[in-house]
Amino acid sequence: MKYVIIGNSAAAIGCIEGIRSVDSEGSITVISKETQHTYSRPLISYLLLGKTDLERMKYRPNSFYEDKNCKVMFGTTVKKILPNEKEMLLDNGESVKYDKLLVATGSNPFVPPIEGVSSAKSVHTFMSLDDALALKKDLTSESRVIILGGGLIGLKCAEGILNSVKKITVIDMADRILPSILDSEGSSIIQKHLENKGVEFLLGNSITKIDGQKALLKSGEEIEFDNLVIAVGVRANTSLVSEAGGKVNRGIYTDLYCCTDLPDVFAAGDCSESYDITIEQVRVLALLPNAYMQGEVAGINMAGGKTLYDHAIPMNAIGFFGLHIISAGSYEGECYTDVKGNNYKKLFYKDNRLMGYILIGDVARAGIYTSLIREKTPLDSIDFELIKDKPQLMAFTQKDRAALLIKEALH
Amino acid sequence: MASFTQGNRFGEYMKRIIVNEKWCLGCHLCEYNCAFANSAGSKKTPNDMVKALKDIVINPRIKIEEKGDICFAVSCRHCKEPLCVKSCIAGALTKVDEIIRIDKEKCVECHTCVLVCPYGAIMPSNEGVMQKCELCVQNADGQPFCVKGCPNKAIEYKEI
Repeated sequence: MKYVIIGNSAAAIGCIEGIRSVDSEGSITVISKETQHTYSRPLISYLLLGKTDLERMKYRPNSFYEDKNCKVMFGTTVKKILPNEKEMLLDNGESVKYDKLLVATGSNPFVPPIEGVSSAKSVHTFMSLDDALALKKDLTSESRVIILGGGLIGLKCAEGILNSVKKITVIDMADRILPSILDSEGSSIIQKHLENKGVEFLLGNSITKIDGQKALLKSGEEIEFDNLVIAVGVRANTSLVSEAGGKVNRGIYTDLYCCTDLPDVFAAGDCSESYDITIEQVRVLALLPNAYMQGEVAGINMAGGKTLYDHAIPMNAIGFFGLHIISAGSYEGECYTDVKGNNYKKLFYKDNRLMGYILIGDVARAGIYTSLIREKTPLDSIDFELIKDKPQLMAFTQKDRAALLIKEALH
Repeated sequence: MASFTQGNRFGEYMKRIIVNEKWCLGCHLCEYNCAFANSAGSKKTPNDMVKALKDIVINPRIKIEEKGDICFAVSCRHCKEPLCVKSCIAGALTKVDEIIRIDKEKCVECHTCVLVCPYGAIMPSNEGVMQKCELCVQNADGQPFCVKGCPNKAIEYKEI
């Protein structure tokens, strides 16, 4: 069996580990556009912050490919998938045959057209290790940085560089930050926290024109800057599959086996869609844990196993300067709110299920909440008042708790 | 030591921490023993928990939940399908020889493991990076300290 994986990040690694849990013999070829050993993409902001380094941010040990008996083609791009021939054409003119293929091409930063942007001397995106290293090279302690985009990527970038630059201004069209994970109250808590640390925000605003080191804003203001980081969002890299005739929506369509509608072609990670059990719809869940787990399911199925990726939910853990945010699920239904000092909690529940939650500050044992969402635990089977108070196993009946605590041992 | 190492390393059998809720007295000794096993002081005074933990606010990896008459200990289950290992964005959590361990050098304190652990059994250490029960592999003499010190056999370490 010849397995080929396009991509070398979390989904690809999940796939390799998935394949090898079933098939220790088949050949695995990884085709990676990037030239580095597999690294953790979300760690690039921690790299700039000095909390990790190039060695420690490797997602797997140096011996990984050898241990898993994989061949890696670094710095190689796939140009075309020929699904009938089960073959791919590469940018170096070669072609590669596959029996089972995983497309784990990830996503690319979306760069909106901005008039005059080419006149600025330092413009960056913030997705890859190369992006982070290039940005770092341009920064000095005198740098005035504009970050366009107040989402997860833009704000992690802000945290990563704040102490090494003079000034950071975050500009976003939306009137609040982190709308993908927070409600408006939560957004303002984090905004205040970041403002206290020295980040400046211009919300409900955008850049209309750039002239050298000046940015003209929608509001009419003009601000001077040295570096511009564009972090307005990401787009799934779907073109290889769509050009091969595969179904693509916002991301590459996959079924619960993580298979596309092309025969023997699987997809996982940021480039693909998965079924969100909280809203019962397919969507792109561009998050590292999901990428790994999708990749692993794909790998097991590619190798002849049979397993479903059927517990996907949006979920996120992120922190800024020591203030942690954990959130999961969808913010639908009734809401329980508890705000105590810097600790902020919202639980959303509907139809006898926990649908979603937001925790800021005290995030201890949040996974107990996440598990209630993932497992669709009927709320009338637990003591919901205890769960509202804090995540705890005490909320389960004695019988359920005993089963839960022994479950993993009995496998 | 021998049986512990063999059982895990060669997969001959698998021992697990088993919690017997009905035997738990809520004495919290497991928490103290855990803190002791993982404390710097335990190396200096291996037989004196009181001395080793003097003036220390303990932050154990096993925690007692209690309410009214009910109490029980919770620590890492070393899951067969470990969500923490699969979700760790840094590759800091690994499962080797059936034991889930954390590489504290790699952890960036993102808390993704806290987000996914269904047992709430992973938490920040006093240094900030995450900590979890590692079955005393680095500390002990074959028995996790929480098990050894439990006066009522409410925590056992055995094959099932």
